[in-house]
Amino acid sequence: MEILLFGITREIVGGSTLTVEPEQPLETVGQLKNWLADRYPAIKKLSSLAIAVDSEYADDAHPLAPGQEVALIPPVSGG
Amino acid sequence: MVIKIVTDVDLNEAYQYLQAPGAGGIDLFVGTVRDHAKGKKVVKLVFEAYAPMALKEMQKIAEAAQQQWPLEKLVMLHAVGEKLVGEPVVIIGVASAHRDAAFSACRFLIDELKKTVPIWKKEFYEDNSVWVNAHP
Repeated sequence: MEILLFGITREIVGGSTLTVEPEQPLETVGQLKNWLADRYPAIKKLSSLAIAVDSEYADDAHPLAPGQEVALIPPVSGG
Repeated sequence: MVIKIVTDVDLNEAYQYLQAPGAGGIDLFVGTVRDHAKGKKVVKLVFEAYAPMALKEMQKIAEAAQQQWPLEKLVMLHAVGEKLVGEPVVIIGVASAHRDAAFSACRFLIDELKKTVPIWKKEFYEDNSVWVNAHP
């Protein structure tokens, strides 16, 4: 699975996309968040982290499936 | 309604669009780059958007405003890229029959945009830079 990165998460990971290759399949948004937090401790220091699936905010229980567009949404600061 | 993410927001474009025979009031909010933040001198801001999602979220906010107030026209423009002190970065505009609805809707639109729309700004000071809101 490839995920899109923006803002500070792009800088933490070091690229505008991240290829996620877990040992166990990640079935939900919550599992993806845990996987990311384990590998990138700086993510845990953010005020919040949301995940968008197919460009909609998705809660932790939201299922992940092949073909979805998944993006990390760090705290927004538009305007 | 007009909802766009652009390199440069254009106040004339917004005002032209908002003209409507049934409108007795047009409200425009222009967000600009301020020269200071948290006691430090700001040199510039850089904005980044997840554009497809940002447009969807702006559309939702616009629809919520239309449900709440009788609006003739509505415009939301947000800039991306590098913006210098004084430059406009966001324009929110509404036209309504009466001013109460126009003021209220305009305020609602910018407040909600700041909460949910996936756009990020990095503040550049003279010595370093930070992503705004990223850390507690």
